[in-house]
Amino acid sequence: MTQSLFIRRKTLFPLYEINLLGAEDKQLLEVSRELGVGLNLGEMKKVQDYFQRKERNPTDVELQTIGQTWSEHCFHKTFKDKIQFDGKKIDSLLKTYIAKATEKVNPKWCFSVFEDNAGIVSFDKDYGVAIKVETHNHPSAVEPFGGAATGTGGVIRDILGVWADPIACTDILGFGPLDFDYKKLPAGVKHPKYVYRGVVAGIGSYGNNMGIPTVNGAVCFDESYVGNVVVYCGCVGLLPLSKFRKNAKAGDIIVVAGGRTGLDGIHGVTFASAELTEKSEAVSRPAVQIANPIEEEKLKRAIIEIRDSELASAITDLGGGGLSSAVGETAKKFGCGAEVELDKVPLKHSGMAPWEIYVSESQERMLLTVPKENLEKVLEVFEKEDVEATPIGRLTTDGVLILRYERVKVAELDISFLFKPPHTVRITKYESPEFEEPSFPEPSDLSEILRRLLSSPNIASKESIVRTYDHEVKGNTVIKPLQGVHAGPNDAAVLKPLSDSWKGIVLSCGINPCYGKIDPYWMAASAIDEAVRNNVAVGGRRIALLDNFTWGNPEKPERLGSLVKACEACYDVATALGTPFISGKDSLYNESPLGPVTPTLLISALGIVPDIRLAVSMETKASGDIIYLVGETFKELGGSEYYRLRGVLGKTVPKVRVAQVRSVFKAVTAAIDSGLVKACHDLSEGGLAVAAAEMCFAGGYGMKLDLRKVPREVFLDRDDYILFSESNSRFLVEISKRGSAEFENLMKGKPFAALGKTTRDKRLRFLGLKGKTVLEDSVDELGSTWRKALSSEV
Amino acid sequence: MKRVDIKICILRVGGTNCDAETKRSFEELGAKADIVHVNELVKRRNLAEYSALVFPGGFSYGDYVRAGAIWAKWILARLGKELEAFVDDGRPILGICNGFQVLVEAGLLPAFNGISQQPEAALASNVRGYGCRWISLKHENMGKCIFTQKVPKGKVLRMPIAHGEGRFVFPKEKEKEFLKKLYDNDQLVFRYCTGDGEYAEGRFPENPNGSFHDIAGICNPEGTVFGLMPHPERAFYWWQQPDWTSKTRMPEYCDGKLVFESLIDYLERKS
Repeated sequence: MTQSLFIRRKTLFPLYEINLLGAEDKQLLEVSRELGVGLNLGEMKKVQDYFQRKERNPTDVELQTIGQTWSEHCFHKTFKDKIQFDGKKIDSLLKTYIAKATEKVNPKWCFSVFEDNAGIVSFDKDYGVAIKVETHNHPSAVEPFGGAATGTGGVIRDILGVWADPIACTDILGFGPLDFDYKKLPAGVKHPKYVYRGVVAGIGSYGNNMGIPTVNGAVCFDESYVGNVVVYCGCVGLLPLSKFRKNAKAGDIIVVAGGRTGLDGIHGVTFASAELTEKSEAVSRPAVQIANPIEEEKLKRAIIEIRDSELASAITDLGGGGLSSAVGETAKKFGCGAEVELDKVPLKHSGMAPWEIYVSESQERMLLTVPKENLEKVLEVFEKEDVEATPIGRLTTDGVLILRYERVKVAELDISFLFKPPHTVRITKYESPEFEEPSFPEPSDLSEILRRLLSSPNIASKESIVRTYDHEVKGNTVIKPLQGVHAGPNDAAVLKPLSDSWKGIVLSCGINPCYGKIDPYWMAASAIDEAVRNNVAVGGRRIALLDNFTWGNPEKPERLGSLVKACEACYDVATALGTPFISGKDSLYNESPLGPVTPTLLISALGIVPDIRLAVSMETKASGDIIYLVGETFKELGGSEYYRLRGVLGKTVPKVRVAQVRSVFKAVTAAIDSGLVKACHDLSEGGLAVAAAEMCFAGGYGMKLDLRKVPREVFLDRDDYILFSESNSRFLVEISKRGSAEFENLMKGKPFAALGKTTRDKRLRFLGLKGKTVLEDSVDELGSTWRKALSSEV
Repeated sequence: MKRVDIKICILRVGGTNCDAETKRSFEELGAKADIVHVNELVKRRNLAEYSALVFPGGFSYGDYVRAGAIWAKWILARLGKELEAFVDDGRPILGICNGFQVLVEAGLLPAFNGISQQPEAALASNVRGYGCRWISLKHENMGKCIFTQKVPKGKVLRMPIAHGEGRFVFPKEKEKEFLKKLYDNDQLVFRYCTGDGEYAEGRFPENPNGSFHDIAGICNPEGTVFGLMPHPERAFYWWQQPDWTSKTRMPEYCDGKLVFESLIDYLERKS
């Protein structure tokens, strides 16, 4: 370190003063770099200005605290700051689009949105459901097992952080192609197969060990994920809303509970807010934490008991930024200051500097504020569960954060300053790239195409992953990720969390990275449509959404431009469907030596079903039933799996016709409620052909369907396009003959048609536009093609 | 004993995670079940108050070393005498999944000649790693096991498994001898089979872990201590079954209930 900038204080422990007062711009940046705090010049100048007013130099603890609090990961600058887009001024993407959609929909059943660690909606009687989905991309790229495991651990703590008992996990993953050429792998980038195995094992290990069923998810493969693995971990919890405590006040004791604090997970947030480079492995390995699910299991038990006996006044998890973020945000939330004695924090190993203790992101820790009179009882509860819990400080009245180590004051910062990073205005625009619609003759063998689609990694069965996750623990999983004896792919999971109620929770997701390569707006719109229709397909309604963005470096104008487009779609489609956003998270700076990540928006949907006995699965139930196609088919093959097979991207991605979607979804829900629907399956990757095949082999029946009957746009005049188009808002529905008149009555005015029937012979047959069979195949063989493809890869 | 007087102790420790649904199963049958942390049991020394003891599923102590090994040793060290007295008194002990692993590690199963100092069997790593799926079990017991008295011999039951270490094995050199003992003492309770009741004969996925002789559950020679890898508590209600959506008629409960019912029945009949 340069002598003149860094002055060692005469303390028995490591503490530096940074000579900031007279520093020039160059030196400010040097300080930021040396300390690894990731602050830019504008931010360093604001810091300098603050300490000039205080007429003293900052300590390393103070600069680290500011660096953590102002990081993209903790403060979400991109989503909160001003953006000039195509001449239009946007004051915060979050406020202008995401939260705005919620405001417009304004449902009564939202209990807490965008405010706490997780979104909360009301469920049944006094119960609410909390849900959160996190990204853990960067850590998983460096250390797949640990990164994914701690991603799961972290999101479970988010649920505990709103006093909810975790009841289910989800995971949505994006990997590079598993057969990626080793020779093309740049230094520092791990092979997709290695990453895949580690991530899957990491997620399974955490959820299984904690006894939380992993019930829903998706896996996508894309070249751009080779350098930027995508790991979304979600968790759902249940809480009695009357036990939701959020009333901390000055004088309350700050207690840290759970695992000890160590050198793992230092600067995780700074790392998450930067691009991955060749050196990430060496430099950032310590940024990945070490997982210990059993510690968190014990912590969970104690927290639920403390919740039920109403002993604490507030709770939050220690995630990104560690104590620095948890203490600061708690103080800010309750209009308090805080005093913390860092030497009280239990450590994994001695010799940690105060700043390291304050920013460490070691796992399995929670922060509680406890009224003085309850402290002893709270500590007793933790002790009973063999969980270490330590009072480390208290909330104060003065709005100042004071940190001490061995009685030496090592930091004193105004909370008001800490939470006001300088605003930036980013200027951007979006220019849609030029794409071309491919032209090729219609293939003669469409069965061959269907088989290849079923074995494409994006469509093929994920059974080899799903079976390594316990999806049955707690004994409440009603609709499981794999349906029935033939393990078909269900559209959503249904849980029955309360013993004395038939009400169910419906979990689903939507993700379409391939469309994002062509059009970020329609990609986002499609993800919402897919998440919601998956939910609707099993009987879900009253649906709440979560958004998780994985994007490239937002400081690059074109990346930011596409982000704005995606946010616009979020507002447009969510308001049209009446589905509010209740929580979200972004992961930006997903760039590696191989380039940026394909803009990927994950939409998670949380619905309810009033009675789980109404829930519908996707497998065919009997022969002789009528198969209806609900929704209109367009020539929308841009970004489709069919085009991908042919090695082209295309141009026309699926759109969402917001004017009619909601009424189509409502009609499907009404049909399900009337008990008419024997099976329902959403149409997504691979279109009609794949959806029909899946329903057949999951149920063990065949189908004979007529493509001439498909409700479609006029220009759609090729069998392959009708079979494989991925147009949104479509379902295949199985109805008994007896129920068909009533069903048709319910669907009146919506685009729908009877395509044909289920058959006892296990053959899937499509009649083409010319009235001849254009595709015929054995259902058993289609099933085994679908089941084997991915399991033989790994 | 009257049903309302039956009191089941469901033990737990850090990493236990199937206690709540196990309790629910007992309560559904009208018996009282307490979830008790081992720390509490050590403090109160009140094991004798309970009619039966359950080691539920989970990952006790993270299953470090070997699944169930740490909890087994912990229990023997702190509660060994009480546990021995409990067994000697003929009070039933049930081990599900991780609980089965604990019972084997603690020498309570198979316990050919009473509680053994060393484990006489092991639940080793699955041949194909961790797996969660529904499987079929054939009931093999001739009537000794009190936990399956309501299950006819030869009946095929369906339950889910979810474990990474469930491959039941004997020491290679004693395989034949021990298997004969299992049969002679009527200790064999469940074997993995196909849906039609054909023994799995080691085939995956019918035998999901590679268990010797397709063994899924055994009891002690007295029939009062029973361990199994599958989860009866997850196969209690009709809606827990993986294919309920395909059935037009469905009994209200499913097969796992029989295990709990048999136990409660036994306790009721016991004076």
